[in-house]
This record gives sequence, C-alpha cells and structure tokens, in this order.
Amino acid sequence: MKKQKPAQIIVTILFAGVLIATIIASRTRNGFLDREPTSQLAQKSLTAYGFFLEPVNEQAGIHFRHTSPDLDSKLDNIKLQIASMGASVSICDFDNDGWNDIYFTNSANGSLNALYRNLGDGRFEDVAGSMGVADLNKKGTGASMGTVWGDFDNDGFKDLLLYKWGKPELFKNMGGKEFVSVTDGSGLPAWANINAAVWLDFNNDGLLDIYMGGYFREEIDLENLTTTKIMPESFRYANNGGRNYLLKNLGNGKFEDVTEPYGLKSTKWTLSAVAADFNGDLYPELFLANDYNVDELYLNHEGKSFEEIGAKVGIGRIPKSGMNASIGDISNDGNIGVYTTNITEKGILIQGNNYWQLKPGSGKLPAFVNLSQLSGIENAGWSYGAQFGDLNNDGYMDLYVANGFISAKENTSYWYEYTKVTGGNKNIIEDAKNWPDMEGKSQSGYIEDKIWLNDKDALFEDVSGKACPPVTFDGRAVAMADLWNRGVLDVVVANQNNIPTIYKNTIGDKKNDWIAVDLQGTESNRDAIGAKVEVYWNGNRQMQIVTGGMGFSSQNQHRLHFGLGETQQVDKIMINWPSGKTDEISKPALNQLHTFIEN
Amino acid sequence: MQKEIELKAAPQPFSFSRWIDKNFKYLPPIFITLILVVGQLAYGILDGYSGLFAAIGATIITEVILSKVILGKRKPISSAYMTGTSVAMLIRSNLAWPFAVTGFLSIASKYVLRYKGHHIWNPSLFGITWMLALHSPSVAGLSIQWGSNLAAASIIWLVGLIVVSRAKRLHVTVAYVISFIILAYIRCLITGDPFLAELAPLTGPMYQLFIFLMITDPPTGVSTRKGRVIVVVLVAILEFVFRLFHSIYAPFYALFIIGPLAKYLDLRRLDKQAKKKLA
Repeated sequence: MKKQKPAQIIVTILFAGVLIATIIASRTRNGFLDREPTSQLAQKSLTAYGFFLEPVNEQAGIHFRHTSPDLDSKLDNIKLQIASMGASVSICDFDNDGWNDIYFTNSANGSLNALYRNLGDGRFEDVAGSMGVADLNKKGTGASMGTVWGDFDNDGFKDLLLYKWGKPELFKNMGGKEFVSVTDGSGLPAWANINAAVWLDFNNDGLLDIYMGGYFREEIDLENLTTTKIMPESFRYANNGGRNYLLKNLGNGKFEDVTEPYGLKSTKWTLSAVAADFNGDLYPELFLANDYNVDELYLNHEGKSFEEIGAKVGIGRIPKSGMNASIGDISNDGNIGVYTTNITEKGILIQGNNYWQLKPGSGKLPAFVNLSQLSGIENAGWSYGAQFGDLNNDGYMDLYVANGFISAKENTSYWYEYTKVTGGNKNIIEDAKNWPDMEGKSQSGYIEDKIWLNDKDALFEDVSGKACPPVTFDGRAVAMADLWNRGVLDVVVANQNNIPTIYKNTIGDKKNDWIAVDLQGTESNRDAIGAKVEVYWNGNRQMQIVTGGMGFSSQNQHRLHFGLGETQQVDKIMINWPSGKTDEISKPALNQLHTFIEN
Repeated sequence: MQKEIELKAAPQPFSFSRWIDKNFKYLPPIFITLILVVGQLAYGILDGYSGLFAAIGATIITEVILSKVILGKRKPISSAYMTGTSVAMLIRSNLAWPFAVTGFLSIASKYVLRYKGHHIWNPSLFGITWMLALHSPSVAGLSIQWGSNLAAASIIWLVGLIVVSRAKRLHVTVAYVISFIILAYIRCLITGDPFLAELAPLTGPMYQLFIFLMITDPPTGVSTRKGRVIVVVLVAILEFVFRLFHSIYAPFYALFIIGPLAKYLDLRRLDKQAKKKLA
C-alpha cells in the first residue's frame, strides 16, 4: 500500500487540477466589452473592423413600434411565450424609384403595419395608410407575422404577400401608387397560422409560386380557443404543427394548392424557409427550419414533385429549435451554405446554430457538412433571424444574428418552469393549461444580437457590442439593404414588442470596393427569383442567389451586394437565370449598381 | 455382487428467475445499453457519437489506469462502461471535451474521494453534478423529453423495475417516486403551478436514469433497508427545497449532498459496531 501512496497523491493533484480547470473554463467571458461612449466605440470599430453600425431611427424618421398579438385569455399563463413573434421586416423598392423602402408588420388587434417609403434624402415616410397596407390587424382577421414581396403577375411592380396567424392576404401593386387586395378567390387559405413564407418559381414556368409554412395547426384561432391543447407534443419530436402550403401560380391571379400531390406533407412547426437550387438542376429546393424537430430539405424533382431528404443529406438528423434559414457563401468558393439558428442558454440548453455548407460537386443529391463550430458562429443565444452580408466591403460575407426571447421583468427567468414542462410527457407538454404561469418573467431576455465578422477563410470573429452600441431588444427579423444608395449594406432589425433598430452602416477610411447587381427576368420570372450570380475577382468567386425571402420573417433588398476589398477590377460576373440561360459580363465597372435584363 | 450406482443430481427445470440471479452482474450494463439503444433508435437521443465515445473512452481508460496504480489490481470495466454511458446520456454539449472531462472526473472521484476504503459518491453523479453546477456555456443537462413513444418508455420502465427489483433496491425507487409525487403536490400548493407541471419531470428520461441507476447504486448506498428509504426520502425533500428555488438540476444536487453524507455516517456506524465487537 505504501508503494501506492505517491500514485495516490499524483492522482489527487490531477483530479483537483481538472476540477479547477473546469471552473476556469466555465467562467470564460462571452466577448462583450465594457460599455463606452458611442463616438469612442465607433472610432475603435472603424479602425479595428472597418465598419460601425449606428442606430438612426430618429434621423430616418422611423417611429414604428411593434406590439405583440392578442390571445385568448385561456393562454394568459404563457401569453409572453406564445405572443413572442410577429415583428418582421421586408425590404422592397415598391415604386421602382431606385430607393429601397421598408415594410414592418405589427400584430396586436387594431395595430397598424408600416410601409416606409424612402425619400432619398436620408429620411423615410410611412405611406402604408395611403397605400392601403396599414390597417391589416383588424380583430377577427388575425395577427400579422410577416411579409414577402414578389411580382406574381410580372408587371414590373412587386406585390405583397402578408402572412398571419389568421387570414393571409395578397396585395397587387398598382404601379407603385397603391395596393389592392386580390386575396379573395386567389386560392390562399382562409385561415392558417403561418410563420414562414417565400416566393419561388418551383417549376420554372416564369410565374412566381408561394410556399407558406404553418406553425400552430390551421384550425386554431389563437384569439378564440376551443382547446388549450395547442402546444407542441414534444420539445424535440413534435409533428403536431401547422401544415405546409405550396401554391402554384396559374397565371390568372389564382393559385392552386398543390401541397399534397407535390409531397410537402409534413406538419412540423416551421419558422423559416429558403428556396435555392442546391443541386444545379435549375429547380429550387426548399429548406425548412423547424421548431421542436429536425429541419427539412425538400428536393425538387424538376418542378414535378418534392422529396424530403433532410436525414439523407445530413441536415435533418438532430432535432433542435430551427428558427432561421438564410443563405451565404462564407468562403468565396462559389459554394453556398444555409445558416439555421437555434437556442443556446448557458448551463441549460446547448443546441448551437448550424451552418450547412454544401459540399462541392455533390451532384443530384446535395450533401452538407455543418461548419458552424469550426467557423465560430455556433453559439449566439436564443437566436431568431440571421443574414449574411459584407458589412465592411472587405470581400467576405459577415453575419448578423438577432437574439433574445422574452425581455420582461429584469433579473427573472422562466427557464426553470420551462424545463420542468418540456421534460415531461406529451400529454403534459401539449396542453397550455399545464404550463406554469409566467408571471411576467423573462426568458433568455436582455441579450445582445450577435455580429460576426468574417476574417477570411470562413473564420468569424465575434464583434458584438463592439461594432454597434449596446442594444438588448428581443430581435426577431433581420434584413440587409443599401438604404441610402452609398454602396454599403445597412441593417434593419425588427424587434418584438418594441421599436425596430435601423442601423446605418459607416465604412472605415480604407478604400474597399463593391459592386451591386440587380436582375430582371424575361423568360424567367420578372424578379429573377432563383437566379444565381457569381462574381469573380482577385481569385475569389462569391455566389449569391436572388431569393423571394429568407431568414426569420424577413426579406433582404432585391439587388445583390458584393464587397470586394481593395481591387483593381472584377474579372467577370456570371449569371445563371432560372430559365437555364446564362450571361457573362466581363470587367464590369466597380462601385456601382448594375442592372441586367435576361436576354 | 454389489453394483455401484453413480448418483447424479436430477436436472432441474430452467428457471428464468434463477438465471437472472446467476447472471445479475450483467444486468445493469445490459439495462443501460438497452436505454441507450432504444433511446437512440427511437429518438436519436445522442445527437452524434463523439460524446458517447469520448465519455466511455475516458471512463474506461481512467478506470484501468487508476485501479492499477491506486489499488494495484485490475477492475472489470463494466462499472466504468456504465458510468461513461450515463455521462453520455445525461450531459449535453456540442463539444467532445466535456464528455471526456466528466467521464474522467466521475471515475477519478472513486479513487480520490474515499472514506474507510469506500468511495462515497456515485461516480457519474459526481462528475455530472460538478459540470452542471458550474453553469458552463458549453455544458447542459438532459432536461428535455426524448419523445412520446410509449412503447420505448414502457420497455425502459419495465426492465428498470426488473433490474432494481433483482438488485433488491425496488424499495428505494418506490420510496423516492412516492416521495416525489407527494412533494410535487405540496409544491403545486405552494407555487400555484399546475400539479401536472410539477409531476412532469418524473415522466422524462433524466429521471428514468436517476431513479433506476443513481439512487439505487449499491456501492454508494447505506447498508440497511430502512436507512436507504430514509436517505431517498431526504433526497426527495432536499430536491423539493431546491425546486422551490428554481434549481433545474435539483435531484442531482440533492443526491450529491445527501448521498455521501449518509454513506459517511453509515460507514462510521459500521466501524464503531465492528470495534465494539472486537472489544
């Protein structure tokens, strides 16, 4: 036994050492700096990162405030949790004046949505009322959840699809002068609880179709409940959400529900969708981010049917809390990836966000690998919307992630009660009356959005709290757009039950170049949704895709913005139109917007 | 002429019960493997295999090395395997190192934290509780439901009850479950939360592992039946208190405190009794 005494001492020291090491590792700072005055912060950020995001709501004249949906009193115990969505933002130049406009949804009964027309002088004016798209939350019609813009009749003006927990609406854009509801008889469902919608041309017939994803089941009216059994049956394996809607544009202002025959039969709790051609056959696939279950990828069989292949290709194996799906090319190799957001709450729930990089040359059946951990963009918090965009024009796509679930009473947390129920059996979790009263508590609230700067080679640096003043609203939708036509991407964040954040982006002294590309289809749909644009310069090849909405309840500007760093020229731009046509533009001029029309 | 007749024992009919008793040592590892396999096949509980390999690898390697250098003998690896599997199921992380570190701490605690030649913490309980108590950004516990597959849950409950019954620890599980239910009711009267919300955790996978594998662990339990019942009732009461203070991992913390204390007192009592006998 005496012989073993030194060994015992060594093991004891090692054991104590590991205990201490775990304590140190668990106390690692999250990268937030102590607060500084904005001017100092801006100067530091411009020097260190080459950009700074400054909130300019006042200067821009944007006074919108989101208010959360009203619910049946049977849900009073968890109202904060249920009424936690509805703040959305979409960008569109609705009057084709060359300036990006902004649409925000509101959600409470009687609250007004807002359409901020860009006046071109730095300010915006809310014209939703005069344009007929403000008063859309009337009692009995449901609560707005989001909008996407798409020119469904190819008349050159983008039309507006409003999705709700209630009656979705389609508005035809009358030459940028007003909007007229064409919902009745269009084939939209009379009632559904939609939290995700995109425009896509799934059969490449030149007409934009609609995908909408249900969250709560469609028979539920959250203001007039007949049952409290409305919650997910499981935190990880719920299939009792709303149905999908795939609506085929018939070209006469009517849409046909082809969901069943096209195989989009799942009833998961969908919160985000993005459509893009992942396998190079020109037909767009549908990527769905689902809450309480796995994400899904629907493979498009040449516009004739869809097949769910999520598990087969890797993206649908681990159930998380999918809330966002947005596309980016983070390594400038012409391969896109999909960023999905989930929940990470220290010590309680570690899901992590995913970046599903499309493996190059994976053929008809696309294959993906999750690079979020390697790239350093995995853990954000309780994340919602996210968008890629080159914020400092250095030639690499950066990432903005909206964060925060419920910021109610400070220094309170509903997490204990939440985990108590989510750990329980189906019969307990699915009935809202079994959920403990929130009593105004917060849950993953008062946390900052994440800003990740791409340091090249697809490695990201967390510059949250360093590249913008501290903001801890409950961020939902994120959209990027060049709001003031300066050749930089500005950021708009719609915050739940609060004002949005309009970030004007200032680029540093460094002379970085850029190029922007806007497309108009002729044989393809007029918006060229689904078109792929590749820009080649200095050995880089960055791909972006024209989408009809992506992220959580959001839509970026229609034009595609490419930061280039300091460069002498762009070698070429390659455009792959949904029709199958291609265009190659050699040495386009730098630092300007190019509009290309399909030949 | 005398004929020698060889007497042979008459062959006894096969008894499943006797067979189980004879092979009991294999039952707990089989049971935890069953939970793992059923859970993975029915629900995909692991989110990947790197954590499982890291945890089991760390526990087995640590056990093999420490048993040799500390005790001077090689111990069977079944116990380390069970600890590693428990760690893999009860810890959630997107990284592999927390599984390996928890596995190491679990097994090392057996060789470092000892009293009168016995380890006093259930190994996986020690490692898991330590990591959860740190409230780390990389580690969480299994606090969510695996799914609503009734058949899979029934198999786990049925086999779990058989295992604890054969291990003569059914009274421990039953005493804890009854205490939990009663205290859940009292808690709902205090907090105003629905009774089913208070009861919900008991229906989840974390508790299945807790009530069948942790509180019943023979080496770290006390020596008398009555004592074991008192201990788990005290665990349930302390958990009740922690829950009133919104502690998500209340059962682990309660057992972490009560279990070793009870074991310490029990070993001291036994030692005194032994000394008295000798005197």
